[in-house]
Amino acid sequence: MLSPHLSSLAINQLNWGLDFTGGSLVEVEYENSADPNAIRLQLDEAGFQGHVVQFFGSDKDILVRIPPQKNLTDKENARLGDRITAVLKEGGQGVDLRRSEFVGPAVGEELTNQGGLGLLAALGSVMVYIAFRFQLKFAIGAVAALFHDVIITLGAFSIVGWDFDLTVVAALLAVIGYSLNDTIVVSDRVRENFRKIRKSNPTAIINTSLNQTLGRTLVTSFTTLLVLVALLVMGGEQIRGFAIGLTIGVVIGTYSSIYIAANVLLAMGISKEDLAIPIKEGQDDPDMMEMPDR
Amino acid sequence: MLNKYPLWKNLLVLTAVVLGVIFSLPNIYPPDFAVQVSSENNGESVTTDALDAAVASVEEAGFDYFDPMITPDGNILIRFKTDTEQRQAKSVIQRAMFDAPGEYVVALNAAASTPEWLKDLRAEPMKYGLDLRGGVHFLMEVDTESVVTNRIDSLETDVKRKLREQKIRYKSVDSPRRGVLHVSFRDEDVRSAARSELESQYREFTFSNGDDEFPYLALTITQNAIDEMEDFAISQNLQTIRNRVNELGVAEPLVQRLGRNRIVVDLPGVQDTAEAKRILGKVATLQFRFEAKPDAPRSTTINFDYEGRDATLEKNIILRGDRVVDAQVGFDPDSGLPQVNITLDSEGGNLMHRSTRNNIGRRMGTVFIETKTRDSYEMVDGVEVRKSEPYVVKRVVSLATVQAALPRQFRITGLGAGEARELSLLLRAGALAADMYIVEERTVGASMGQENVDQGAMSVSIGLSLVLLFMLVYYRVFGLAANLGLMINLTLLVAVMSSIGATLTLPGIAGIVLTVGMAVDANVLIFSRIREELKNGLSPQSAINAGFERAFTTILDANLTTLIVAVILYSIGTGPVKGFAITLSIGILTSMFTALMCTRAIVNLMYGGRNIKSLSI
Repeated sequence: MLSPHLSSLAINQLNWGLDFTGGSLVEVEYENSADPNAIRLQLDEAGFQGHVVQFFGSDKDILVRIPPQKNLTDKENARLGDRITAVLKEGGQGVDLRRSEFVGPAVGEELTNQGGLGLLAALGSVMVYIAFRFQLKFAIGAVAALFHDVIITLGAFSIVGWDFDLTVVAALLAVIGYSLNDTIVVSDRVRENFRKIRKSNPTAIINTSLNQTLGRTLVTSFTTLLVLVALLVMGGEQIRGFAIGLTIGVVIGTYSSIYIAANVLLAMGISKEDLAIPIKEGQDDPDMMEMPDR
Repeated sequence: MLNKYPLWKNLLVLTAVVLGVIFSLPNIYPPDFAVQVSSENNGESVTTDALDAAVASVEEAGFDYFDPMITPDGNILIRFKTDTEQRQAKSVIQRAMFDAPGEYVVALNAAASTPEWLKDLRAEPMKYGLDLRGGVHFLMEVDTESVVTNRIDSLETDVKRKLREQKIRYKSVDSPRRGVLHVSFRDEDVRSAARSELESQYREFTFSNGDDEFPYLALTITQNAIDEMEDFAISQNLQTIRNRVNELGVAEPLVQRLGRNRIVVDLPGVQDTAEAKRILGKVATLQFRFEAKPDAPRSTTINFDYEGRDATLEKNIILRGDRVVDAQVGFDPDSGLPQVNITLDSEGGNLMHRSTRNNIGRRMGTVFIETKTRDSYEMVDGVEVRKSEPYVVKRVVSLATVQAALPRQFRITGLGAGEARELSLLLRAGALAADMYIVEERTVGASMGQENVDQGAMSVSIGLSLVLLFMLVYYRVFGLAANLGLMINLTLLVAVMSSIGATLTLPGIAGIVLTVGMAVDANVLIFSRIREELKNGLSPQSAINAGFERAFTTILDANLTTLIVAVILYSIGTGPVKGFAITLSIGILTSMFTALMCTRAIVNLMYGGRNIKSLSI
């Protein structure tokens, strides 16, 4: 499952969006259906290089992306969006500017670094929290599952060639949060059962725990998918990347918390002794500690 | 008794729900179409005369206006029924305000129509981000590097001049790298004389002795000094941008520093980016000139406006604003009266010194020159057409008597506190300290903004209905309790966002949608636990109790870890990502509260303390 995604990431890499590459983007709406070829020609004649023209949502909406032009200065590049809009408006048809973005190369680089740093920081701090609340083996299991989710989701973006922009990074972090939710619920049950069920081997205990939480995992994933589909269908083009990223992530996260986290636990030889430390002395069932007032 | 909440817990839940409803309520009142008039001087309130003038103009034009008022922040708001009337009224008001005394910014705005009793409770609707209301976002980078280099150069020239003035002979001055100066001397005595002379005057440097062929004094600029230079350059540019943004007629602009050397400019409602960029990139200038002698021939003088009177100055310019490196309000140590302390660069200092030493006793005027745009209206074929034309404003902002030959640093006294602040501001605005360029720009069209709002609202309602339906079918009566909890959760989420003044963005809406989907998780955990306990043979009441209590740690752990991720998302994120992180974080907190407290209270009310045989779960 991982290998095709990893190799696509290595070979095709990601289709980095404007946020990371820098450049300009203009989204316009035409009165009647637009012809991308004519627009390309129009832009060629005006001397723009490396532009990408595509439909965005409907056949009236056109998205033009253009990298920083080498023959222009930084200041001139910052005005590229205005110039493109002006050229498109000369085309005769009524053109309405819907959105225009410009990201300078330096900012692009910063955003890339920040995004990567954020993912790592998230994984790291989550690992610390779980190691503290549960046990190191659980933390490794959880982070392995999260890594898996992130790589599969990234891989899907790479294989299909969807735009990878800042909102997708947000989606990835949300996926981490979501998948973690699942993994913790399972781990929590595993911990409880290790303490409760006296005579049983780890495999059986983990199996029981998975079965006990399966219903909940599926229901929660289902409700989350319900709203994501609503977002995907109704939310519009601008957050499509975000919705797709999350949808893939939620599906993958559900499966990874069931298979991966538990298997990593087993592979590391989780045992009763790992969990025998009561959180505070003198309690039969440490879970009772956290109980709210009844 | 099992599954009965003590009174205080029920009251707590009730209070939270009531507060939630009150503080989310302002969001259901659609904003009015309004025209806002504010004073061009930031923070200054408009007068009731101005309000009367504005109201009279719309009255005369026969518009259907209502509720004209001066807001607590000192702006005029006049509301209209339709957006066409709003736009027509804006040009009418603009003309009226042009004739009225004072300078005003007239802009379209969406005025919250929150009823009085909610306003009294300080309940306000959520603010919409640029992606929802349309507008321009600029991220500008200030070239502080060259400012610092220039300042260091001028300091170096200054040091040499100082040594010459004090007759301290140095052999050579060289700069091995930026910000470091080596001054070598014949012997150590001269060096220590130089050091004691310089050390007290140039706090920008740290001093150390070194020996090469000759003993030398090493001056290293301190990081502190560099930071100060950068801060000064940025605050100067910030001020300049604020002044210029006023010209664009934007109702709620945001201009603030971001990080070390960047400035964010958010202009909601602005569509014409080219115009915005032109105005932001404009330069105001400053000139120092002597007042003309009474017998000076007319051909050598020029008249400027000075506080409503004419001031006749010489045509000859002493120096221009680009030589000003700093201007601060200070107080005369002797009299305690306000003054403006001005620092010139070294070349400017020379020019000023040479010009003033022979003109002591004459008055020197500070002239401020700025290009502005003015809208005029013309009737073309029966249609009113707006024309923007640039015009130049030149005025004398200060006329002060020269008391002595002015050095590089001098002061202008005899000003009121307000005048001093204004003058220092203009001096700084006149000399744009550093070059600025746009590194990021995002424009969202008005139609797009509305579409985003509609699509967002649609996704939330469809997602919500689907989840509500599913929960009801799957958990029946308990599903109903969860659904009530979910509605309370959404209300609380909106209430918290409104009251902390968070800005709603498109990704923020996505965060709300996601919260709806994930919030039921806690309930699902509890309910499946209850089902399990029932299967294990517990009585309904103990099953409910065990379900809620066993699920507690799980919910806590699961939500806290997600919260960690959300906080990281917030701290690294920019614009859109931050918006998502905020709603997600608040959503996590409110859903924990609703699942653990509200749903429990509802379930307790339905089942608690009664003898029941079976549960509808």
